[in-house]
Amino acid sequence: MMKLLRRIFPHPHLTFLLTVVWVLLANNGSLNSVVFGLLLGIIIPFITQPYWPDRPKLRNWSMVVEYILVVLWDIVIANITVARIILFKRDSDREPNWVCVPLDLRTPEAITVLAGTITMTPGTVSCDLSAQGHNLLVHCLDAPDPAAVRDEIKQRYERRLKEIFE
Amino acid sequence: MTGIFEILIAFFLIVSGIFGFVGSFGMIKLKDPMSRLHAPTKATTLGVGGVLLASIAHSVLLEGKLSLHELLITLFLFLTAPITALFIAKWHIHRHEQPQDLPDAGEDELWATHAVEQVEDVPDHSAN
Repeated sequence: MMKLLRRIFPHPHLTFLLTVVWVLLANNGSLNSVVFGLLLGIIIPFITQPYWPDRPKLRNWSMVVEYILVVLWDIVIANITVARIILFKRDSDREPNWVCVPLDLRTPEAITVLAGTITMTPGTVSCDLSAQGHNLLVHCLDAPDPAAVRDEIKQRYERRLKEIFE
Repeated sequence: MTGIFEILIAFFLIVSGIFGFVGSFGMIKLKDPMSRLHAPTKATTLGVGGVLLASIAHSVLLEGKLSLHELLITLFLFLTAPITALFIAKWHIHRHEQPQDLPDAGEDELWATHAVEQVEDVPDHSAN
């Protein structure tokens, strides 16, 4: 029975996501769009199955919610900080800096989410990975103390992602 | 009651306008190319986010029907914006930074952009 379910839903998260995206696109909650969304959600993972050799296991769903809330909150705060830097700080007083963040994460999906988060929170942009993927290069708009930025990224984001993905 | 809703919607629109403006202003004010990259990432978060919140609030509070496909715009922006930024940054590193100017890459010795073999016969556009 489980095997049959696995065959029909090789990637249950993707099925769920595709259905939700379709319903949002149609922008009405009618049974019509839910059924068609489900149909897409079943067919697309089934066809693309060979391209997902191993999928990330999300372990900690409450942590996913916490992570999203933390990131949204940080985006608001960082926006205000960066707006203040742009409007009120003289360009010569600003200290742009490169920061190297050593990664404890190993799964590619987790590193992708971390890099994306760093870019979307204003003030930091993730620029490059080291050759073997052990370090992340981050550019900061104004960072007199690069070590503090590195520690904050590791504390706030990487620790939570490690609990989610690994 | 409608008045309060309209004030709320106007508030979201003003917030997004302010951050959109600051983002664009940053493009002019900041001088080095890597710092300029920070400006658009801000416009796409609170700048666009404010308009989307206002749009959701308008359809829910004033028109009385639930419209959530604005969330999709947020989703797609969060998927695409970091990739654009990453590629611009990689281009900058490829063209304008030497390995010794960047911080130490630890045990991997080089950052990925420098680790690829440098092609010599690519025309140099860095002067323009």
